[in-house]
Amino acid sequence: MVGIFGDLNTQYVISTAIVSLYVSTAAVGLSTLASLPIALAIGFSDFRGKNAVTTVINTGMGFPSVVVGLVVLLFLSNAGPFGSLGLLFTPKAMIISQFVLATPVIMSVSLSAVEGVDQRIRDAAFAAGGTSRDVGLVVVKEARYGIVTAILAGYGRAISEVGSVLVVGGNIAFADGTAFTRTLTTAVTLEARQGRYEVGIALGAVLLVLVLGVNAIGSWARRRGGGT
Amino acid sequence: MPAMIQRRRFLQAAGTGAILGLAGCTGGDENQGQNGSGNGSGGGANGTQAQQGRSGIGRGGNLTLATTTSTYDTGLLDELNPMFQQAYGAKVEAISQGTGAAIETGSNGDADVILVHARDAEDEFLREYGVNRRDVMFNDFVVVGPPNDPAGVSGTQSATEAFGTIAKQQATFLSRGDDSGTNTKELSIWEEAGVQPSGQWYQETGQGMGDTLNQASQRGAYTLADRGTFLSQKSELELEIAVQGPLKDGPMILLNPYGVIPVDPAIHPNVNYQLAMAYAGFLTSPQGQSAIENYTVEGSQLFLPNALAEDPNFGQYVPQDYSAPGAGSLSRREKQYHYWAENLVPKDH
Repeated sequence: MVGIFGDLNTQYVISTAIVSLYVSTAAVGLSTLASLPIALAIGFSDFRGKNAVTTVINTGMGFPSVVVGLVVLLFLSNAGPFGSLGLLFTPKAMIISQFVLATPVIMSVSLSAVEGVDQRIRDAAFAAGGTSRDVGLVVVKEARYGIVTAILAGYGRAISEVGSVLVVGGNIAFADGTAFTRTLTTAVTLEARQGRYEVGIALGAVLLVLVLGVNAIGSWARRRGGGT
Repeated sequence: MPAMIQRRRFLQAAGTGAILGLAGCTGGDENQGQNGSGNGSGGGANGTQAQQGRSGIGRGGNLTLATTTSTYDTGLLDELNPMFQQAYGAKVEAISQGTGAAIETGSNGDADVILVHARDAEDEFLREYGVNRRDVMFNDFVVVGPPNDPAGVSGTQSATEAFGTIAKQQATFLSRGDDSGTNTKELSIWEEAGVQPSGQWYQETGQGMGDTLNQASQRGAYTLADRGTFLSQKSELELEIAVQGPLKDGPMILLNPYGVIPVDPAIHPNVNYQLAMAYAGFLTSPQGQSAIENYTVEGSQLFLPNALAEDPNFGQYVPQDYSAPGAGSLSRREKQYHYWAENLVPKDH
């Protein structure tokens, strides 16, 4: 390891990785809490304009991350409406922008998972005397495979993006080598800027390992959720 | 540390103001007019909220510094900031942007202090958003290009002449194109040279100095770079200096002075003004100045400190275009530049 990173401080790599994990996990966690009920509600109901809503959500998957970053910056800047909260250039701002980026992905993929659940299962749960909440739980359990995939896709989108966290986070690391708003991705841009491509690649490899780890946890969750 | 005690007192006062403000339901938090007119409770409440968000009360607090890529990429800030943090128990959050973006961040009150290099833009910033600018250090710009020098400008004594030749030869020239201090300087040289750069040979990278140098190196192009960033990356670049700056007898137009400017707390009550002033004071103190002087990369000194001088009038803020009566053809600022170049550059630099 030491050989690959050259003069790169291990402490620095670890703290950058922690910021990456913390921000993306918080963003995806919050996003899942918000997205799942909405996906269930849309999946269960039939209303005029449902197609339009679905289209809007699907379009959201293609939001350019720098534009999201810019909009979040305008809101959080001192000159903006939420400036007095002092959130700009903090990890919280990064969580907000990644939340915006991950939500359409999680919502859209879990919506199709929910819609894919056989209508008969819903009817059966309802017939067995379940409340709508019980029916929802049954559907989530049935659709768990797709929902876990949705969360993983959202996580991949969040942890690998660089545009918005660079804009709203500011890529701040303290002089002692602890990262504040520096993630692995923004650290890579910094290395590339200085022409230290090998170090950038090494940091990229760390990111890849993290994503691999998260996906391993995801597939473990899918298998375990199967219960058999 | 009287500064810290004062700060604590101010926060206590502000906190009391906030409680009073809440109790009285003045609703002054969102009222800009009230804040501006110095209403203690409204302004205090706003200030405290923002500071709680950004800094822990009771500790030294956090200072948000918006600065240029050149101070950041050279590693200078990694040298200076720990000293400041130790002395003031504060954390410095450094955001490296182009000078234009750094000034914009300061103008919005999203940073407490800026450290930049574009005198004209700085003067404009000072008219509205900044206070108490201090000169910190300087180095110079150099025109760099591929070793085989396709435009034949190597050794030219004048930057404008070299730019003119590059344009005439249509040799590839990379512009930062990012409203940074270096970009601003580059555009002013084109203007001085009477050339409106256009065509396939003139390309904007839209990226930082380091990126642009890398690109120039890979593609055999010319570019304008600050000497600090160039020296700090020299070992990885296939580029050579074609036109020297004033540090090595080059033209004065290539001088590159850096200034530190705290954001005016009267415009943005949320900024940590005390700490910003402490930072400006630290950079211009004998300790900060000698740290700048002693900072070297691969044996080269990158920045020359110029906040301290024996001349009693030295280091004062000189507004744009200001010229003392009878100063002759040189403006006061130009005289200052000459003074720096002549007196502060070591003979063997």
